Amino acid sequence: MTSKDRILARIRRAVPQPGPQAAPGPDADIPRDYLRVHGARTPQERVDLLAAHLAEYRARVHRTDEDGLPDLLGRLLADAATVQLPPDLGFGLPSHPSLAFVPDRAAQTPRELDRVDAVVTGCALAIAETGTIVLDGGPDQGRRRITLVPDHHVCLVRVPEQVVDSVPQALPLLDPGRPLTWISGPSATSDIELDRVEGVHGPRRLDVILVGARGPRPGPGTRPPETGSQ
Amino acid sequence: MTRTDLGMPAFPDAAREAVRDGVLRANLRHATHTIRDKRARAVAELEDWDRLRAAGKAVKDHTLRHLDRYLLQLEAAVTAAGGTVHWAVDADEANRIVTELVRATGEREVVKVKSMATQEIGLNEALEAAGITAYETDLAELIVQLGHDRPSHILVPAIHRNRAEIRDIFRAEMGRWGRPAPDPLGDDPRELAEAARLHLREKFLRAKVAVCGANFMVAETGTMVVFESEGNGRMCLTLPETLISVVGIEKVVPTFRDLEIFLQTLPRSSTAERMNPYTTMWTGLGPSRGADGDGPSAFHLVLLDNGRTDTLADETGRQALRCIRCSACLNVCPVYERAGGHAYGSVYPGPIGAVLSPQLRGTDSEIDASLPYASTLCGACYDVCPVAIDIPEILVHLRERVAQGGPVTRHGIRVRIRPAHGHTAERAAMRAARLLLDRPGALRAGERLLARARRLAPRRLPGPGAAWTDTRDLPSVPAEPFRDWWTRERGTPQ
Ligand code: SF4
Repeated sequence: MTSKDRILARIRRAVPQPGPQAAPGPDADIPRDYLRVHGARTPQERVDLLAAHLAEYRARVHRTDEDGLPDLLGRLLADAATVQLPPDLGFGLPSHPSLAFVPDRAAQTPRELDRVDAVVTGCALAIAETGTIVLDGGPDQGRRRITLVPDHHVCLVRVPEQVVDSVPQALPLLDPGRPLTWISGPSATSDIELDRVEGVHGPRRLDVILVGARGPRPGPGTRPPETGSQ
Repeated sequence: MTRTDLGMPAFPDAAREAVRDGVLRANLRHATHTIRDKRARAVAELEDWDRLRAAGKAVKDHTLRHLDRYLLQLEAAVTAAGGTVHWAVDADEANRIVTELVRATGEREVVKVKSMATQEIGLNEALEAAGITAYETDLAELIVQLGHDRPSHILVPAIHRNRAEIRDIFRAEMGRWGRPAPDPLGDDPRELAEAARLHLREKFLRAKVAVCGANFMVAETGTMVVFESEGNGRMCLTLPETLISVVGIEKVVPTFRDLEIFLQTLPRSSTAERMNPYTTMWTGLGPSRGADGDGPSAFHLVLLDNGRTDTLADETGRQALRCIRCSACLNVCPVYERAGGHAYGSVYPGPIGAVLSPQLRGTDSEIDASLPYASTLCGACYDVCPVAIDIPEILVHLRERVAQGGPVTRHGIRVRIRPAHGHTAERAAMRAARLLLDRPGALRAGERLLARARRLAPRRLPGPGAAWTDTRDLPSVPAEPFRDWWTRERGTPQ
């Protein structure tokens, strides 16, 4: 008898069943009368709540539109020499002579990544009630490790489109087959006398930019530079 | 469970030690009260908390009733996504499987994400015996490991240490395990966390194998879920080539949608946050099968029984398997607050430990026989539990088992145990009682519940008192605790 058979046999003795086929599905047994969302919000209020909750967990929150984005990014990345980028950020980037953009490559070793100063990504969605950003490895986000190893993560959220109110609203929009990373504020610990300290292993700085639709003025339409390596 | 627990003093002895330790008690008190108050606020934010709690309980109960079906579904889903599933009846088998998996990689080091299951089976010790070093990467677990110590709380395992002690441990020990602590090193938490960051980054960047547990496993999709705060979990789950998860079989939930309940209740119950900083979910090797360097290229899941099916066989006791290890019950427990986590002689401290350990391990040893008495039955643990485990009910049930014996399932076989040997049970009860009688606050809390739950009071005493009530009627419980009556009537506390 294999261990698997043994464990399954013990379970069947412990909780006798009429037969696996006759068992009801989870929906018959589980009351789902909890709320899908806590309160009613306009899209604007939803974005404001997201901003407030992110800030409470000490992410730095900024707002701009697509025209203002390159400038804002330029300021936020002023102290970074190298900036990691996902395959397709889908937004315009600043064209600073001092900024070297590094594309996300599978061949990049963790040590190489450790020398990168900052990373800019998009996200799959953001959840207002919990102040959470979810990444799913899409082309605008890249691999899980690029938002983990560098010290500074700048995350772009399209507002209001990418913002949902609640966790129950978020899950059906996500594909469990993809690796999912839920981020609520920067890395933190409270292990020493319950004093909260940010940036233990993950990025010490999390900047979230809430990017609204393009403003009235036509922008220069900067494309991300394709070059640059370590 | 692990052999290292044998030879532990029984709860009352260990607790008395702890109670004498003033630093420990002050640290614990501060910690539990801080988390407790914050948690109440975080929970109050959700108007549907009771419904979420009922749903969480129902998901877990449903899963436990059909555990065979969901484990098979999980296995199929994980395998289809490129993972490999192993089944382990007990600690020895799980340790053997992990050791062989690590050996097969040719590596002698693994990095670890904090996991109760691997502590329960004594994995670090088993790996060490096989010449493999396991590095804990959670800050608190690192403090515990470097301090040659044992965890004392589920969530904040090093809560019994203060900053000066931690600095001393880092200074003395870090160099032996890798990158030494910066010199000089102060005792500011920021500085200490930075020292840990530097020390551990070395290990993360070089590690080829990681070992973790999981908070949830989704049968429908094969998705594994790990909640954490620091990012050490993400490092271990993302950078190494081989990932091995050791997970208790009770951690499975039927559908991806079920996570919407626990993603709301676990962080609020645990760290009192709306959401913990990081949650990682992965399914097998992902769509690219690990080929794009986004996560490990080999994933192994070890499904652990180790007493869980025996616990499942007990109709009252099985509800302990609903536990999602949030640690809320520790923070409200008057006994835990005074005794500290070490007194419970197990990796599961506090109220949940008092009901889980004697079920997973049996009640043969003195410590396990005494654990059901390590409570005032005040009911606070039940009130906060996000999956509504009636811990007082299980405690009373287990007291009865210790005192009277009866049918239990051990290693899958139905046996009848005899009442605890000689005076063991009585001694355990009396000594636990003395601990409580010495602590008026704890006693008061217990009395209150008894008064509130008067109509539920048994006609006969559970536990060692049963023999006495077999021939007598138990006097009915007064409607009001005596102290309350006194205060009300006389206007002054005694
Ligand atoms: S028993 Fe309940 S309160 Fe205690 S750790 Fe488990 S889930 Fe949390």
